[in-house]
Amino acid sequence: MSILPNTNRRDFMKLAASAGGGLLLGFNWLSANATPAVVDEAAAAAGNLDFNSYLSIATDGTITILSPNPEVGQGIKTAFPIIVAEELDVDWTKVKVVQAPLDTQKFERQVAGGSGSIPHSWDRLRQAGATARLMLVEAAANRWKVPASEITTDKGVVMHKGSNRKLSYGELAQDAAKLTAPKDVKLKDTKDYKLIGQSIKNVDNKPILTGQPLFGIDFHREGMLYAMVQHPSAFGMKIKSVDASAAKAMPGIVDVVQFKNNVAVVGKSTWQVKKAREALKIEYEKDGDLESTSDHNRIFSQLMDSPNATVRRKDGDVEAAFKKAAKVVKSEYQCPFLPHSPMEPMNFFAHVRPDGVELVGPTQTPERARNETAKLLGISPDKVTVEMTRMGGGFGRRLAADYVLDAVEVSNLVKAPVKMIWTREDDMTGGNYRPAVRYRFEAALDAQGNMIGYKLRGVGINAGNPTREDNFPSGAVDNLLIDSFDHKSPITTGPWRAPITNFLAFAEQSFLDEVAMAAGKDPVQFRLDLLEKAKKSPAGEVKYDVDRMIAVTKLAAEKAGWGKKKGVHQGFSLYFSHRSYVAQIGEVAMLKGKPVIKKIYAAADCGVVINQSGARQQIMGGIVDGMGHAMYGNMTFKNGAPEQANFNTYKLIKLNEIPEIEVFFVDNGIAPTGLGEPALPPTGAAIANALFKATNKRLRNQPFVEEDAYKSII
Amino acid sequence: MALYKLQINGRSYQADVEPDTPLLWVLRDNLGLVGTKYGCGIAQCGACTVHINGEATRSCVMPVSAIGTSKVVTIEGLSAEGTHPVQQAWDEVDVAQCGYCQAGQIMTAAAFLKKNPKPNNDEIDAAMSGNICRCGTYHRIREAVKVASTKPAK
Repeated sequence: MSILPNTNRRDFMKLAASAGGGLLLGFNWLSANATPAVVDEAAAAAGNLDFNSYLSIATDGTITILSPNPEVGQGIKTAFPIIVAEELDVDWTKVKVVQAPLDTQKFERQVAGGSGSIPHSWDRLRQAGATARLMLVEAAANRWKVPASEITTDKGVVMHKGSNRKLSYGELAQDAAKLTAPKDVKLKDTKDYKLIGQSIKNVDNKPILTGQPLFGIDFHREGMLYAMVQHPSAFGMKIKSVDASAAKAMPGIVDVVQFKNNVAVVGKSTWQVKKAREALKIEYEKDGDLESTSDHNRIFSQLMDSPNATVRRKDGDVEAAFKKAAKVVKSEYQCPFLPHSPMEPMNFFAHVRPDGVELVGPTQTPERARNETAKLLGISPDKVTVEMTRMGGGFGRRLAADYVLDAVEVSNLVKAPVKMIWTREDDMTGGNYRPAVRYRFEAALDAQGNMIGYKLRGVGINAGNPTREDNFPSGAVDNLLIDSFDHKSPITTGPWRAPITNFLAFAEQSFLDEVAMAAGKDPVQFRLDLLEKAKKSPAGEVKYDVDRMIAVTKLAAEKAGWGKKKGVHQGFSLYFSHRSYVAQIGEVAMLKGKPVIKKIYAAADCGVVINQSGARQQIMGGIVDGMGHAMYGNMTFKNGAPEQANFNTYKLIKLNEIPEIEVFFVDNGIAPTGLGEPALPPTGAAIANALFKATNKRLRNQPFVEEDAYKSII
Repeated sequence: MALYKLQINGRSYQADVEPDTPLLWVLRDNLGLVGTKYGCGIAQCGACTVHINGEATRSCVMPVSAIGTSKVVTIEGLSAEGTHPVQQAWDEVDVAQCGYCQAGQIMTAAAFLKKNPKPNNDEIDAAMSGNICRCGTYHRIREAVKVASTKPAK
């Protein structure tokens, strides 16, 4: 059983056949300027295809669009086809969306990450739709012998008003397929959009809501075995000895195999391999530093005062500015490691055969899964196929391929098709965490409360560069120094939704709130003054759009009634990340002497909103996620071993804890940018700044629930 | 190993498994009913929620040997075509992001509304706060439960 339409070449031929002699348009995702080209069905069936992706129109009018990017809950499988369908001018209810497999010949950037899919594909998708539409118009013009300029389209129908004639796209598809694809096709004006900007439901709603097999963990292949992998007990440990005799004797167990520092139990069912794994007797020995959270705190303190940090940005003369300052504000902020905790734990299906490898499962980067598999086995990447399933979340965890390789290693050792599953405990203790980071901010104020100097040092554990040195307020402060240290640790880290900015934004926007207070200025006006400065007399390079920063700030302040409300305490936060701009205002009310987070306003500028329903939920979900992890997320270590392993000790936010959220978009018609990440970073500070207003207690470390300041107000 | 006869979604199934095998894994591995999801294995997240004699139950900690003749309903059996009022409401409100937790959310909501067809906001919050959604679709879950409560019961 294959759980998804398998869109490799064999299935492409099926798709071609389903088009019933209609139009098959290849559209090029590689280059915005590339010319789409038409292929006839015979050519498609023969596999003579030089294109990167395809939209087909069947004679019954059904539009099939291949969506090449992985769907992880960001809604790309709905948003991409909306863009094509808009320019194509079709009836949305007749659009069928098919997930494409990995195909690096046809597609570029088959990645779910960095909020980058929409900005990457916006022009390509519109061109694809518009080109097909124009060919259908030309086909009608030829048939009716009227000028193409007199022909209009709507909902998959071509019309000529003068002679009162109409034909459906399906009826014209065969004619259109014979035409040469035009170049330089004019795209629609944003004001003429019929689909883009509407609320359109998730294309997978029905299979999701009826429990159909969609996810990697649902995949089943006749004769496949189940596997679980025992990873080392702690970061910095390696296997000394393995006694698998008891495990091997347990019911349903086919084999126990060892690779690198892992032991895999392979058997007939998930439960059997899970129980047998518990019967393994593995001894470990030290292989590196066995770090504890207390070690990290000591390392942070040491590096915070060490010379020779890596300078990330230097504007003006920061030491001179601090020397002449009337007032200096200095604070430190710290966050812990975080696991990603997607609801679907890591899993993958692998079948390593003599002639090649078949991979099926949830991955944000199918190309990496393929290439790392090829490298591991010493084979050519073209011997590896990757079919992408819908993902039960990823949040960056599935950008790594370690869990894919678990499946590949096991299948290779047992010479059988294998579905490898991590338990929640494996998932939470399996590394690739959001790195722990500490920041120190310093601001120099002159006698008028202007910020004349700004220093930021970031120290991270396997965080690389934990600063985003060109983000605001860089460009708005004449004298600025941003530097960093990285401590190398056996604890593995990786991108976690809105990498680095997920905590940096909290720290920075909380600190700017502190500076505004110290300067005796309104926090919103303080930001606006800085932005005005960045616009009029920028310090160094400004790599964000100042006007868009100002616009979301003003929109949030207007909608929230900033500074005009009685009985609520407001906190402001503003952040630009992953190409989108988001300002948030948190509202806290005091109930019986305790602060309650009542509401968060969000003003977002992601350019054109493709799908109102999807976009709003990305923002609301990002805020809930940002709030939950700021409040509770805490992964700690003792001698290299994670101290939290499941949701009983690692808390995620629940439904009864969410504040009201109201979302507003800036309507500016600018080319769209992504929304999978940008709403999360500002949330922590919107809440913390409002809590400060309400209680005079400043939260500087996450999770909040572990902070003395927080405990004192709750 | 022992042979268990199970009443699921109005049909009879047989599974030859160890007595301590959780219902979740019998559904998923032995019977091919994979709509019920694994999330934590310790009854903390609600992704595995099914109905046992109408009660919302965490199937990940329910040994198959304890089911007996109880009637089990999974997401696949809630309705044939997704027409249960809760499923319809989930579609109308467009709740799902990644969608992985939603079967458990829907089963929790359906059992809750059967007992309390016209709940107030606090009751909805209390009923739906045992199910985790990492995407943060809680506002829409809450709204969808309200929408479902306005539909004719099924």
